[in-house]
Amino acid sequence: MDFNEAQIERYSRHIILSEVGVEGQQKLLESKVLIIGTGGLGAPAAMFLAAAGVGTIGLVDADSVDLSNLQRQIIHQTKDVGKLKVVSGKETINEMNPDVNVITYHTFVNASNILEIIKDQDYDFIIDGTDNFGAKFLINDACVIAKKPFSHAGIIRFNGQLTTYIPDNNTPCYRCMFKEPPPEGAVPTCREAGVLGVMGGVIGTLQATEAIKYILGLGETLAGYLMTYDAIKMEFRKIKIKHNAKCGICGDEPSIQELIDYKPPVCSL
Amino acid sequence: MTIRVNGEEKLLEKEVNILELLTLQEVKMVEMVSVELNGEILDRDDFETTLVKENDAIELLYFMGGGSFGF
Repeated sequence: MDFNEAQIERYSRHIILSEVGVEGQQKLLESKVLIIGTGGLGAPAAMFLAAAGVGTIGLVDADSVDLSNLQRQIIHQTKDVGKLKVVSGKETINEMNPDVNVITYHTFVNASNILEIIKDQDYDFIIDGTDNFGAKFLINDACVIAKKPFSHAGIIRFNGQLTTYIPDNNTPCYRCMFKEPPPEGAVPTCREAGVLGVMGGVIGTLQATEAIKYILGLGETLAGYLMTYDAIKMEFRKIKIKHNAKCGICGDEPSIQELIDYKPPVCSL
Repeated sequence: MTIRVNGEEKLLEKEVNILELLTLQEVKMVEMVSVELNGEILDRDDFETTLVKENDAIELLYFMGGGSFGF
């Protein structure tokens, strides 16, 4: 693939990095990343991956843009309120970088469609930008089954965390750390929770960084670690996590044989 | 006895199990926390029977959803 003049200029700050170069930029342009959820985490992840020239970006979301989303979901604008999030996200990316082919999936992920969506473009890397535990466990289990690397993340209030799963590498999955979704009664209600808008920006951008590094084969990922960010203390921590032999999906004797549809969220973003 | 909880040193005046430690750490909902003890994820069923020992390194991993707590 040859770069045109505009591309050489657009990606010049990448190309000048010896760790990226023309070859790395080419890899990015040929890569495919699936982003599930275009909210607080998915919005900044999608924008930075698009700006970086990831050639194919899949966006999955069933929701429409709500005014209360705009405090953090920066891929959507005031004029987009009421529009499907995948449509709004695609328009923003198309305006930013015409090199990117955006594929939209206007749906919630569930046990019967997630593997099809992952296989649709044979995505290289998946980003979990969802807001509920049922979807997070579903994405984890689907990626383990499909042997796809993915970035898990969560944000709440002034805290965020993320980890990266790389298949066939003896790295722990999300279920190795958290066995199953918490019981409904234990989870605080939306009104009690809240989130500082920038949390998605910080953590979603780190998810994009992990995707880019994985595609380029560059440096260390967060495979084997849970990274936590506390904005009040302004502190990042990397907690080493081992693969859990008793894990229900990737352990020695997995008890989960098929994907599970957990109860849907009681409230949405 | 001295232990480390999420990287910070903590002095314990008496022997406690993991469940009691979570109370001392003011964890409101035990179901929202996963516990890593000296590098191994601890089974939830073992919280009450596992005693904290001198120099133990304990990480409390919290469930985090999205901008809202769904599910």
